[in-house]
Amino acid sequence: MLSRTAENLYWMARYLERADTMARLIEVGARMHLVPDTTDGYRSEWDSILQASGTSEGFERKYGERVERNIVTYLFFDRDNPSSVASCLASARENARIVRTAITLPVWDALNTAYQQMKQIQRTARSDLEIGELTEWTIKQTALVQGAVENTLLRNDGYDFLNIGIHLERADNTARLMDVKYYVLLPDADYVGSGLDNYQWLTLLRAMQMHRSFHHAYGGEATPTKIVDLLILNPACPRSLRTAIQGATDHLDRLARGYGATSDAQTRVRALLGELSETQVSDIFDEGLHEFLERFVGDVAAIGSEVNKTYLSGARV
Amino acid sequence: MVTDGQARIKHLLLRFKTMSRHAARVPMEEEGWHFQIIGKRMCYIPCSSAEILSDRKEGLPFSPLSPFVGDKGVQAIAVGMGRGTMATSYFNEMYQGDAIRDPYARLESWQREMPAELRSLKQAEAEALFRRIGITFAVYGEGGDPDRLIPFDMFPRVFTHLEWFRLERGIKQRARALNAFLCDVYSRGEIVKAGKVPGKLVYQNEAYEKSVAGIKPSRGVYSHIVGIDLVRTGPDDFFVLEDNCRTPSGVSYMLENREIMMRMFPHLFRQNRIAPVESYPEVLRRTLASVAPQKCEGEPTVVILTPGHFNSAYYEHSFLADMMGVDLVEGQDLFVVGDFFWMRTTECPKKVDVLYRRFDDAFLDPICFRPDSMLGVPGLMNVYRSGGVAIASAPGAGVADDKAIYTFVPEMVRFYLGEEPILNNVPTWQCAKPDELAYVLSKLPELVVKEVHGSGGYGMLIGPRATKDEIALFRQKITEQPENYIAQPTLALSTCPTFVEEGIAPRHVDLRPFCLVGERVELVPGGLTRVALKEGSLVVNSSQGGGVKDTWVLAE
Repeated sequence: MLSRTAENLYWMARYLERADTMARLIEVGARMHLVPDTTDGYRSEWDSILQASGTSEGFERKYGERVERNIVTYLFFDRDNPSSVASCLASARENARIVRTAITLPVWDALNTAYQQMKQIQRTARSDLEIGELTEWTIKQTALVQGAVENTLLRNDGYDFLNIGIHLERADNTARLMDVKYYVLLPDADYVGSGLDNYQWLTLLRAMQMHRSFHHAYGGEATPTKIVDLLILNPACPRSLRTAIQGATDHLDRLARGYGATSDAQTRVRALLGELSETQVSDIFDEGLHEFLERFVGDVAAIGSEVNKTYLSGARV
Repeated sequence: MVTDGQARIKHLLLRFKTMSRHAARVPMEEEGWHFQIIGKRMCYIPCSSAEILSDRKEGLPFSPLSPFVGDKGVQAIAVGMGRGTMATSYFNEMYQGDAIRDPYARLESWQREMPAELRSLKQAEAEALFRRIGITFAVYGEGGDPDRLIPFDMFPRVFTHLEWFRLERGIKQRARALNAFLCDVYSRGEIVKAGKVPGKLVYQNEAYEKSVAGIKPSRGVYSHIVGIDLVRTGPDDFFVLEDNCRTPSGVSYMLENREIMMRMFPHLFRQNRIAPVESYPEVLRRTLASVAPQKCEGEPTVVILTPGHFNSAYYEHSFLADMMGVDLVEGQDLFVVGDFFWMRTTECPKKVDVLYRRFDDAFLDPICFRPDSMLGVPGLMNVYRSGGVAIASAPGAGVADDKAIYTFVPEMVRFYLGEEPILNNVPTWQCAKPDELAYVLSKLPELVVKEVHGSGGYGMLIGPRATKDEIALFRQKITEQPENYIAQPTLALSTCPTFVEEGIAPRHVDLRPFCLVGERVELVPGGLTRVALKEGSLVVNSSQGGGVKDTWVLAE
């Protein structure tokens, strides 16, 4: 497969997943915003969203004052913000348009429809738009595209690159979503177990649409330990770090088998998967949740650059 | 005192006179033209206008004069006659008076019985389909919506198999002659030696690529996809407006228009026996594979080289790649090692044998041509010269579709094929010839004058629409460098019924069929019909409000 085609597929998937996460982040911010914080008043939740999504500086430059409305605009609609939902969808579609030949009509159709609808939403008066609706819409659109991918795409190397994109992005994004907690509230023993703390953890679960599943899987009270176990280590949770890395490993393995050559990306991803499967929740809290997540995000980025080096830049032999 | 209306009529008549003298095939009297002497001039005028003229009424329903614009600029100009007279002034492909021409017989009831609501519903459906598939058209530097659609008119344009039989022979003949010419001028130049084509026009032509002289491309084919733009002025009168030997675009519309018509009106396809066009991508792939270089062993790897997704025709590039099952590559995906040409893949470099490029020679290879080209591949021309890769169209093919060379195409047909040309050129005056120059200068306000090497409507004078200053400027330019200019008369372009707000109305159309030249010369029965959607307008360019139609060829 043409390296550039693989690259476009990989980035199409990443941008799509990123749009999804961005919408979920907005949802988290809006929900947390509804309950006043004990220390900083109302601002810090949105701060933490901006921090976790890496858009804090850009927002500062453009708007300054952290007003909810502006933040939502910046994160959802603003094309100046490369990570906004609108930007991500546009980038995903542009990547898809370039490799129109490598995807099926249903995949293109789903993605293009999302893009066209986004243009309509952008023309709608903001007062007519609920944050919840925007999030729901985005999640639905990404699900439609990913569903079309699953149902119609040929299982060739292109499918692998697309899935590597989805899984690496999801691993990165889930880690960032959880890190929001770090910025809201240091994982300080004093707060653990307090009503507010639990509310925020539940919000996270809700944003990932995992709150019901949580009860099925763990039962009882939602404690940080259980939630961290679910979102990081549980192989049954579709958005957990472990599942995402498992997915990336599977597809990198498939590629290596198909091409008859192993790669550094494969070595790295296997190492990370090995680590995750050995880790206990207590290890994570010992290291510090934030420190753990930061290290994890770094590892995922390293795998991404190996993928790029080995496959996407088409190194000459 | 001459009123405005009279002045306009006079102006109009003058130009009809020009047309009648030189477009000798227009069957004047039978087609409702009227011979008349006005002042000292002999004129043909349409009977309908003659009546208007005799009435001496003011406020006649004249539409503004508008040029007919092809890819290389304005090709011909005609006069919009207003609603009442349009049908009689121009050859209407469906209606002849009250009678309906055979090929359209079944379409009459179809359009008559279609309720207005259904029509708008279908039109909206077509638009939604186009948008969803992603067939959009971006225009450079125009701003606005980058995902603009080319308007699609549901009323098909129809040819009988007899009409098509003749067109097909004419088109193939022309494509063969053009390729023979290219082979000749890059080797022995027999046609120049024989004095049939002036050497200056060939060898000093900007499109003549000196660096490929002496190279014989595989199977002697330079132009593998020849798009021939045709207009019609009567039942049997077709004229070639221009030849496109480089990379004619629009074939994706031919295919998608058909696809959408079949989806929306399946019963029409049951009632009419319409020759399919869907084999085009397969024939194109076969054609390209058939010109693989000798060094290629086994099944050749064919790729399409696109300038990138910002190009207005990108959809077409990706569509064709998809339909042919070949890779769509950009310059950055390719590189040269040794005697061959490779593309970067996720696995290992893969050798490329046939390159269907979709941009100009100048950008192909920064070492050989424009050093600032980011689109091409350094070293490509070396590989081409040594027979490591075939390029379609071959570098240098542009000299055959140059406007100055256009005039000589009928001569090429006679010279290389020993046949009489089946399709005629639009009469063209070469300003390089003194007597023709004198004629052109005396008739500037009536003619369309084009720069020989210009394209896209630049460097061109539309006499009837130009101001006095513009005409004066051109007079000066032509006098200074006569060999740079050619002139053409007006043409009364045919019309085809088209859906408009109020129902159907005649609108001007042209036709671009796509002829494929490889091991064999093949033509899919159909083409791209472009239609000028504005009343009286002859501008069929998609960038200027032109639309497209499905083009049918009825089977025997």
